[in-house]
Amino acid sequence: MAMTLRDFINKLLGHQPASATTAKQRLQLVLAHDRSDLNPELLDQMRREILEVVQRYVEIDIEGGDVSLETEDRVTALVANLPIRRTRPHPLPAPDSQQSERLEEGEQAQENEAASEADLSN
Amino acid sequence: MAAEPDTNPKHTPKPRAPPKHREASVVTSAKARIILICSGKGGVGKTTLTANLGIALARLGARVAVLDADFGLRNLDLLLGLENRIVFTAQEVLSETCRLDQALVKHKQEPNLALLPAGNPRMLEWLTPEDMQKIAQLLAERFDYVLIDCPAGIEDGFKNAVAAAEEAIVITTPEVSAVRDADRVVGLLNVQGVKPVQLVLNRVRPKMMANQEMLAVDDVTGILALPLLGLVVEDEQVIVSTNRGEPLTLNGASSPAGRAYQDVARRLQGEDVPIVDPSKQRKGLRTQIKALLTKKLF
Repeated sequence: MAMTLRDFINKLLGHQPASATTAKQRLQLVLAHDRSDLNPELLDQMRREILEVVQRYVEIDIEGGDVSLETEDRVTALVANLPIRRTRPHPLPAPDSQQSERLEEGEQAQENEAASEADLSN
Repeated sequence: MAAEPDTNPKHTPKPRAPPKHREASVVTSAKARIILICSGKGGVGKTTLTANLGIALARLGARVAVLDADFGLRNLDLLLGLENRIVFTAQEVLSETCRLDQALVKHKQEPNLALLPAGNPRMLEWLTPEDMQKIAQLLAERFDYVLIDCPAGIEDGFKNAVAAAEEAIVITTPEVSAVRDADRVVGLLNVQGVKPVQLVLNRVRPKMMANQEMLAVDDVTGILALPLLGLVVEDEQVIVSTNRGEPLTLNGASSPAGRAYQDVARRLQGEDVPIVDPSKQRKGLRTQIKALLTKKLF
Protein backbone atom coordinates (compact mmCIF):
# COMPACT_ATOMS: atom_id res chain seq x y z
CA MET A 1 0.00 0.00 0.00
CA ALA A 2 1.28 3.39 -0.95
CA MET A 3 2.22 5.68 1.88
CA THR A 4 3.21 9.31 1.74
CA LEU A 5 5.73 11.10 3.94
CA ARG A 6 2.86 12.88 5.61
CA ASP A 7 1.13 9.57 6.39
CA PHE A 8 4.40 8.31 7.84
CA ILE A 9 4.82 11.35 10.09
CA ASN A 10 1.18 11.07 11.17
CA LYS A 11 1.74 7.45 12.06
CA LEU A 12 4.83 8.31 14.11
CA LEU A 13 2.94 11.00 15.98
CA GLY A 14 -0.15 8.84 16.39
CA HIS A 15 -2.28 11.27 14.38
CA GLN A 16 -5.11 10.30 12.04
CA PRO A 17 -4.01 9.86 8.43
CA ALA A 18 -5.03 12.55 5.93
CA SER A 19 -8.68 12.11 4.96
CA ALA A 20 -7.77 11.55 1.30
CA THR A 21 -5.72 8.51 2.31
CA THR A 22 -8.63 7.16 4.34
CA ALA A 23 -11.00 7.85 1.44
CA LYS A 24 -8.80 5.93 -0.98
CA GLN A 25 -8.47 2.92 1.32
CA ARG A 26 -12.20 2.79 2.01
CA LEU A 27 -12.99 3.10 -1.69
CA GLN A 28 -10.60 0.34 -2.69
CA LEU A 29 -12.14 -2.01 -0.17
CA VAL A 30 -15.75 -1.26 -1.06
CA LEU A 31 -15.05 -1.44 -4.79
CA ALA A 32 -13.38 -4.83 -4.47
CA HIS A 33 -16.64 -6.09 -3.01
CA ASP A 34 -18.87 -4.19 -5.47
CA ARG A 35 -16.96 -5.53 -8.44
CA SER A 36 -16.83 -9.13 -7.33
CA ASP A 37 -20.54 -9.09 -6.52
CA LEU A 38 -19.87 -11.28 -3.48
CA ASN A 39 -21.74 -10.38 -0.35
CA PRO A 40 -19.83 -10.47 2.96
CA GLU A 41 -21.52 -13.69 4.13
CA LEU A 42 -20.59 -15.55 0.95
CA LEU A 43 -17.04 -14.25 1.17
CA ASP A 44 -16.85 -15.41 4.78
CA GLN A 45 -18.17 -18.86 3.88
CA MET A 46 -15.63 -19.13 1.06
CA ARG A 47 -12.88 -18.04 3.43
CA ARG A 48 -13.83 -20.77 5.93
CA GLU A 49 -13.96 -23.46 3.26
CA ILE A 50 -10.59 -22.44 1.81
CA LEU A 51 -9.05 -22.59 5.28
CA GLU A 52 -10.57 -26.06 5.86
CA VAL A 53 -9.03 -27.43 2.67
CA VAL A 54 -5.63 -25.88 3.29
CA GLN A 55 -5.61 -27.12 6.88
CA ARG A 56 -5.91 -30.73 5.74
CA TYR A 57 -2.48 -30.42 4.12
CA VAL A 58 -0.61 -27.98 6.34
CA GLU A 59 -0.95 -26.52 9.79
CA ILE A 60 -1.59 -22.84 9.33
CA ASP A 61 -1.57 -19.89 11.63
CA ILE A 62 -5.20 -18.87 11.44
CA GLU A 63 -4.71 -15.72 13.49
CA GLY A 64 -1.97 -14.48 11.17
CA GLY A 65 -3.83 -15.52 8.04
CA ASP A 66 -5.89 -13.39 5.75
CA VAL A 67 -8.16 -14.08 2.78
CA SER A 68 -9.37 -10.93 1.12
CA LEU A 69 -10.35 -9.28 -2.12
CA GLU A 70 -8.00 -6.77 -3.66
CA THR A 71 -8.54 -4.74 -6.75
CA GLU A 72 -6.22 -3.04 -9.15
CA ASP A 73 -6.75 -1.85 -12.71
CA ARG A 74 -10.36 -3.07 -12.70
CA VAL A 75 -9.21 -6.64 -12.01
CA THR A 76 -10.28 -8.09 -8.70
CA ALA A 77 -8.13 -10.78 -7.14
CA LEU A 78 -8.80 -13.14 -4.28
CA VAL A 79 -5.63 -13.01 -2.23
CA ALA A 80 -4.90 -15.58 0.47
CA ASN A 81 -1.95 -15.04 2.75
CA LEU A 82 -1.66 -18.05 5.06
CA PRO A 83 1.49 -18.48 7.18
CA ILE A 84 2.34 -22.20 7.42
CA ARG A 85 3.45 -23.51 10.82
CA ARG A 86 4.43 -26.93 9.50
CA THR A 87 3.34 -29.39 6.87
CA ARG A 88 1.44 -32.52 7.77
CA PRO A 89 3.26 -35.78 6.91
CA HIS A 90 -0.10 -37.29 5.96
CA PRO A 91 -2.89 -35.08 4.70
CA LEU A 92 -6.06 -35.35 6.76
CA PRO A 93 -8.91 -37.09 4.94
CA ALA A 94 -11.50 -34.94 3.26
CA PRO A 95 -14.81 -34.92 5.14
CA ASP A 96 -16.68 -37.03 2.58
CA SER A 97 -14.11 -38.74 0.36
CA GLN A 98 -10.95 -40.81 0.58
CA GLN A 99 -9.12 -38.92 -2.15
CA SER A 100 -6.33 -37.86 0.17
CA GLU A 101 -4.97 -41.44 0.25
CA ARG A 102 -3.83 -41.09 -3.31
CA LEU A 103 -1.44 -38.31 -2.43
CA GLU A 104 2.22 -39.21 -2.32
CA GLU A 105 3.97 -39.27 0.99
CA GLY A 106 7.26 -37.70 1.99
CA GLU A 107 6.72 -34.45 0.20
CA GLN A 108 7.89 -31.57 2.32
CA ALA A 109 7.14 -28.01 1.56
CA GLN A 110 9.87 -25.61 2.56
CA GLU A 111 8.10 -22.32 2.32
CA ASN A 112 6.46 -20.86 5.38
CA GLU A 113 4.12 -18.63 3.53
CA ALA A 114 1.81 -19.42 0.70
CA ALA A 115 -0.01 -16.92 -1.39
CA SER A 116 -2.51 -17.91 -3.99
CA GLU A 117 -4.23 -15.64 -6.40
CA ALA A 118 -7.26 -16.35 -8.45
CA ASP A 119 -8.64 -13.85 -10.88
CA LEU A 120 -12.28 -13.06 -10.60
CA SER A 121 -13.31 -11.31 -13.73
CA ASN A 122 -15.26 -8.13 -13.42
CA MET B 1 -14.55 -13.17 -67.38
CA ALA B 2 -16.39 -10.04 -66.53
CA ALA B 3 -14.62 -6.87 -67.38
CA GLU B 4 -13.45 -4.74 -64.51
CA PRO B 5 -16.20 -2.19 -63.92
CA ASP B 6 -15.33 1.44 -64.05
CA THR B 7 -13.98 3.10 -60.97
CA ASN B 8 -16.09 2.33 -57.96
CA PRO B 9 -17.40 5.60 -56.57
CA LYS B 10 -16.81 4.24 -53.08
CA HIS B 11 -13.10 4.13 -53.74
CA THR B 12 -12.71 7.68 -54.87
CA PRO B 13 -12.74 9.66 -51.67
CA LYS B 14 -14.57 12.90 -52.00
CA PRO B 15 -12.60 15.64 -50.31
CA ARG B 16 -14.76 17.08 -47.58
CA ALA B 17 -15.33 20.71 -48.31
CA PRO B 18 -14.63 22.97 -45.39
CA PRO B 19 -17.82 24.46 -44.01
CA LYS B 20 -18.46 27.70 -45.86
CA HIS B 21 -20.54 29.16 -43.13
CA ARG B 22 -21.02 28.03 -39.56
CA GLU B 23 -24.74 27.42 -39.99
CA ALA B 24 -25.58 23.71 -39.62
CA SER B 25 -26.13 22.22 -43.06
CA VAL B 26 -28.15 19.19 -44.10
CA VAL B 27 -25.13 17.31 -45.47
CA THR B 28 -24.93 13.80 -44.07
CA SER B 29 -22.10 13.32 -41.60
CA ALA B 30 -19.21 11.09 -42.58
CA LYS B 31 -19.32 9.49 -39.16
CA ALA B 32 -21.11 11.05 -36.27
CA ARG B 33 -19.78 10.39 -32.81
CA ILE B 34 -22.53 9.34 -30.43
CA ILE B 35 -21.24 10.07 -26.93
CA LEU B 36 -23.03 9.23 -23.70
CA ILE B 37 -22.40 11.54 -20.76
CA CYS B 38 -23.06 9.66 -17.55
CA SER B 39 -22.06 9.45 -13.89
CA GLY B 40 -24.24 7.08 -11.91
CA LYS B 41 -24.64 9.51 -9.04
CA GLY B 42 -26.88 12.51 -9.53
CA GLY B 43 -25.75 16.11 -9.17
CA VAL B 44 -22.10 15.67 -10.16
CA GLY B 45 -22.37 17.74 -13.36
CA LYS B 46 -23.64 15.59 -16.25
CA THR B 47 -26.04 18.14 -17.64
CA THR B 48 -23.65 21.06 -17.11
CA LEU B 49 -20.95 19.15 -19.00
CA THR B 50 -23.35 18.24 -21.82
CA ALA B 51 -24.46 21.86 -22.26
CA ASN B 52 -20.96 23.35 -22.10
CA LEU B 53 -19.35 20.67 -24.24
CA GLY B 54 -22.12 20.99 -26.81
CA ILE B 55 -21.63 24.74 -27.11
CA ALA B 56 -17.81 24.43 -27.14
CA LEU B 57 -17.84 21.83 -29.92
CA ALA B 58 -20.30 23.93 -31.91
CA ARG B 59 -18.02 26.95 -31.55
CA LEU B 60 -15.19 24.83 -32.95
CA GLY B 61 -17.31 24.41 -36.07
CA ALA B 62 -18.84 20.97 -35.45
CA ARG B 63 -22.53 20.30 -35.92
CA VAL B 64 -23.77 19.16 -32.53
CA ALA B 65 -27.02 17.64 -31.32
CA VAL B 66 -27.62 17.34 -27.61
CA LEU B 67 -30.19 14.75 -26.63
CA ASP B 68 -31.82 14.90 -23.23
CA ALA B 69 -32.23 11.25 -22.23
CA ASP B 70 -33.36 12.15 -18.73
CA PHE B 71 -37.07 11.84 -19.37
CA GLY B 72 -37.94 11.76 -15.69
CA LEU B 73 -36.13 14.92 -14.62
CA ARG B 74 -35.20 16.88 -17.70
CA ASN B 75 -33.01 19.94 -17.28
CA LEU B 76 -30.79 20.26 -20.31
CA ASP B 77 -33.25 22.73 -21.89
CA LEU B 78 -32.96 24.93 -18.82
CA LEU B 79 -29.15 25.00 -18.75
CA LEU B 80 -29.07 25.91 -22.44
CA GLY B 81 -31.71 28.62 -21.98
CA LEU B 82 -34.03 26.90 -24.46
CA GLU B 83 -36.87 25.99 -22.11
CA ASN B 84 -39.35 28.44 -23.66
CA ARG B 85 -38.75 27.38 -27.23
CA ILE B 86 -39.76 23.73 -27.02
CA VAL B 87 -42.66 22.77 -29.24
CA PHE B 88 -42.17 19.06 -29.91
CA THR B 89 -40.03 16.49 -28.13
CA ALA B 90 -38.42 13.10 -28.74
CA GLN B 91 -41.82 11.62 -27.99
CA GLU B 92 -43.49 13.21 -31.04
CA VAL B 93 -40.52 12.22 -33.21
CA LEU B 94 -40.88 8.59 -32.15
CA SER B 95 -44.64 8.54 -32.62
CA GLU B 96 -44.09 10.26 -35.99
CA THR B 97 -46.40 13.11 -35.04
CA CYS B 98 -43.69 15.48 -36.26
CA ARG B 99 -40.49 15.42 -38.26
CA LEU B 100 -37.13 15.45 -36.51
CA ASP B 101 -36.29 18.97 -37.68
CA GLN B 102 -39.56 20.26 -36.20
CA ALA B 103 -38.61 18.96 -32.77
CA LEU B 104 -35.00 20.16 -32.84
CA VAL B 105 -34.49 23.45 -31.02
CA LYS B 106 -31.68 25.42 -32.56
CA HIS B 107 -29.59 27.58 -30.22
CA LYS B 108 -29.91 31.26 -31.17
CA GLN B 109 -26.35 32.38 -30.43
CA GLU B 110 -24.79 29.11 -31.52
CA PRO B 111 -26.79 27.79 -34.49
CA ASN B 112 -24.46 24.77 -34.90
CA LEU B 113 -26.07 23.36 -31.76
CA ALA B 114 -29.54 21.87 -31.56
CA LEU B 115 -31.40 20.30 -28.65
CA LEU B 116 -33.75 17.36 -28.92
CA PRO B 117 -35.83 17.76 -25.76
CA ALA B 118 -36.88 14.86 -23.57
CA GLY B 119 -40.51 13.89 -23.77
CA ASN B 120 -43.07 13.36 -21.09
CA PRO B 121 -41.95 11.40 -18.00
CA ARG B 122 -44.66 8.84 -18.82
CA MET B 123 -42.58 7.86 -21.85
CA LEU B 124 -40.45 5.88 -19.42
CA GLU B 125 -43.22 3.30 -19.24
CA TRP B 126 -42.92 2.26 -22.87
CA LEU B 127 -39.57 3.57 -24.09
CA THR B 128 -37.20 0.79 -25.20
CA PRO B 129 -33.46 0.69 -25.95
CA GLU B 130 -34.43 0.35 -29.63
CA ASP B 131 -36.35 3.64 -29.46
CA MET B 132 -33.27 5.42 -28.14
CA GLN B 133 -31.12 3.82 -30.83
CA LYS B 134 -33.56 5.02 -33.46
CA ILE B 135 -33.47 8.62 -32.19
CA ALA B 136 -29.67 8.63 -31.95
CA GLN B 137 -29.31 7.24 -35.45
CA LEU B 138 -31.70 9.86 -36.86
CA LEU B 139 -29.56 12.56 -35.25
CA ALA B 140 -26.32 10.92 -36.38
CA GLU B 141 -27.42 11.33 -39.99
CA ARG B 142 -27.23 15.09 -39.84
CA PHE B 143 -24.78 15.99 -37.05
CA ASP B 144 -21.08 15.43 -36.31
CA TYR B 145 -21.67 14.87 -32.61
CA VAL B 146 -24.64 13.47 -30.73
CA LEU B 147 -24.21 14.10 -27.00
CA ILE B 148 -26.60 12.11 -24.84
CA ASP B 149 -27.31 13.52 -21.39
CA CYS B 150 -27.86 10.36 -19.37
CA PRO B 151 -30.18 10.16 -16.36
CA ALA B 152 -28.68 9.39 -12.94
CA GLY B 153 -28.91 5.84 -11.65
CA ILE B 154 -28.36 2.54 -13.41
CA GLU B 155 -31.99 1.58 -14.06
CA ASP B 156 -34.01 1.50 -17.29
CA GLY B 157 -33.37 5.14 -18.22
CA PHE B 158 -29.65 4.49 -18.07
CA LYS B 159 -29.91 1.22 -19.98
CA ASN B 160 -31.93 2.87 -22.75
CA ALA B 161 -29.38 5.64 -23.11
CA VAL B 162 -26.41 3.23 -23.11
CA ALA B 163 -27.97 1.21 -25.94
CA ALA B 164 -27.82 4.26 -28.20
CA ALA B 165 -24.21 5.23 -27.41
CA GLU B 166 -20.97 4.27 -29.06
CA GLU B 167 -18.57 5.96 -26.68
CA ALA B 168 -18.93 7.51 -23.24
CA ILE B 169 -17.66 10.21 -20.95
CA VAL B 170 -17.98 9.39 -17.27
CA ILE B 171 -18.04 12.44 -15.04
CA THR B 172 -17.36 12.25 -11.32
CA THR B 173 -16.24 14.39 -8.40
CA PRO B 174 -13.35 13.43 -6.07
CA GLU B 175 -15.73 12.08 -3.42
CA VAL B 176 -16.10 8.48 -2.30
CA SER B 177 -19.80 8.16 -3.15
CA ALA B 178 -19.44 9.67 -6.64
CA VAL B 179 -16.39 7.54 -7.46
CA ARG B 180 -18.09 4.39 -6.23
CA ASP B 181 -21.16 5.05 -8.39
CA ALA B 182 -18.96 5.94 -11.36
CA ASP B 183 -17.25 2.58 -10.93
CA ARG B 184 -20.58 0.77 -11.23
CA VAL B 185 -21.32 2.68 -14.40
CA VAL B 186 -17.89 1.91 -15.89
CA GLY B 187 -18.50 -1.79 -15.23
CA LEU B 188 -21.85 -1.65 -17.05
CA LEU B 189 -20.38 0.31 -19.97
CA ASN B 190 -17.63 -2.31 -20.34
CA VAL B 191 -20.23 -5.09 -20.41
CA GLN B 192 -22.16 -3.23 -23.12
CA GLY B 193 -19.02 -2.81 -25.21
CA VAL B 194 -19.14 0.99 -25.14
CA LYS B 195 -15.69 2.41 -25.88
CA PRO B 196 -13.68 4.46 -25.49
CA VAL B 197 -14.80 5.46 -21.99
CA GLN B 198 -13.05 8.60 -20.76
CA LEU B 199 -13.15 10.46 -17.47
CA VAL B 200 -13.90 14.06 -16.57
CA LEU B 201 -13.09 14.95 -12.97
CA ASN B 202 -15.36 17.75 -11.81
CA ARG B 203 -15.40 20.16 -8.86
CA VAL B 204 -11.74 19.79 -8.03
CA ARG B 205 -10.61 21.97 -5.10
CA PRO B 206 -6.86 22.42 -5.67
CA LYS B 207 -6.12 23.58 -2.12
CA MET B 208 -7.87 20.66 -0.48
CA MET B 209 -6.19 18.29 -2.89
CA ALA B 210 -2.76 19.74 -2.13
CA ASN B 211 -3.50 19.29 1.58
CA GLN B 212 -4.50 15.67 1.02
CA GLU B 213 -8.00 16.37 2.21
CA MET B 214 -9.50 15.40 -1.15
CA LEU B 215 -8.86 12.34 -3.31
CA ALA B 216 -5.98 13.08 -5.69
CA VAL B 217 -6.41 13.09 -9.46
CA ASP B 218 -4.21 10.00 -9.77
CA ASP B 219 -6.22 8.22 -7.09
CA VAL B 220 -9.45 8.63 -9.05
CA THR B 221 -8.02 7.77 -12.48
CA GLY B 222 -6.18 4.81 -10.94
CA ILE B 223 -9.21 3.42 -9.14
CA LEU B 224 -11.51 3.78 -12.14
CA ALA B 225 -8.75 2.81 -14.61
CA LEU B 226 -9.92 5.41 -17.11
CA PRO B 227 -7.98 7.90 -19.23
CA LEU B 228 -8.49 11.49 -18.07
CA LEU B 229 -10.25 13.66 -20.64
CA GLY B 230 -10.66 16.74 -18.50
CA LEU B 231 -10.28 18.30 -15.11
CA VAL B 232 -12.70 20.99 -13.97
CA VAL B 233 -12.03 23.06 -10.88
CA GLU B 234 -14.82 24.15 -8.55
CA ASP B 235 -16.05 27.45 -9.99
CA GLU B 236 -18.85 29.70 -8.75
CA GLN B 237 -19.36 30.97 -12.28
CA VAL B 238 -21.01 27.62 -13.12
CA ILE B 239 -23.91 28.58 -10.84
CA VAL B 240 -24.10 32.07 -12.33
CA SER B 241 -24.22 30.69 -15.86
CA THR B 242 -26.87 28.16 -14.86
CA ASN B 243 -28.99 30.97 -13.41
CA ARG B 244 -28.85 32.75 -16.75
CA GLY B 245 -29.22 29.71 -18.97
CA GLU B 246 -26.01 30.66 -20.76
CA PRO B 247 -23.32 27.96 -20.67
CA LEU B 248 -19.86 29.29 -19.77
CA THR B 249 -18.38 28.20 -23.08
CA LEU B 250 -20.78 30.52 -24.91
CA ASN B 251 -18.56 33.49 -24.00
CA GLY B 252 -15.30 31.74 -24.77
CA ALA B 253 -13.12 30.64 -21.92
CA SER B 254 -13.84 33.46 -19.51
CA SER B 255 -13.66 31.41 -16.30
CA PRO B 256 -11.63 28.43 -15.06
CA ALA B 257 -14.48 25.95 -15.52
CA GLY B 258 -15.33 27.40 -18.93
CA ARG B 259 -11.72 26.93 -20.01
CA ALA B 260 -11.76 23.36 -18.77
CA TYR B 261 -14.92 22.53 -20.74
CA GLN B 262 -13.43 24.13 -23.82
CA ASP B 263 -10.28 22.02 -23.41
CA VAL B 264 -12.42 18.88 -23.20
CA ALA B 265 -14.00 19.83 -26.53
CA ARG B 266 -10.61 20.39 -28.15
CA ARG B 267 -9.31 17.05 -26.87
CA LEU B 268 -12.40 15.32 -28.27
CA GLN B 269 -11.57 16.93 -31.61
CA GLY B 270 -8.15 15.28 -31.44
CA GLU B 271 -6.16 18.30 -30.36
CA ASP B 272 -3.31 17.67 -27.93
CA VAL B 273 -4.15 19.92 -24.98
CA PRO B 274 -2.11 19.07 -21.87
CA ILE B 275 -4.01 18.54 -18.62
CA VAL B 276 -2.65 20.58 -15.71
CA ASP B 277 -3.21 19.31 -12.18
CA PRO B 278 -4.10 22.53 -10.32
CA SER B 279 -3.13 21.04 -6.96
CA LYS B 280 0.48 20.81 -8.16
CA GLN B 281 0.57 24.02 -10.12
CA ARG B 282 1.94 26.73 -7.84
CA LYS B 283 5.68 26.54 -7.38
CA GLY B 284 6.30 28.32 -4.07
CA LEU B 285 8.27 26.91 -1.16
CA ARG B 286 5.05 25.84 0.56
CA THR B 287 3.95 23.95 -2.52
CA GLN B 288 7.30 22.21 -2.67
CA ILE B 289 7.03 21.17 0.95
CA LYS B 290 3.51 19.91 0.29
CA ALA B 291 4.74 18.01 -2.76
CA LEU B 292 7.42 16.41 -0.60
CA LEU B 293 4.85 15.46 2.03
CA THR B 294 2.51 13.89 -0.51
CA LYS B 295 5.23 12.03 -2.41
CA LYS B 296 4.72 8.29 -2.25
CA LEU B 297 7.43 6.64 -0.15
CA PHE B 298 6.58 3.05 -1.11
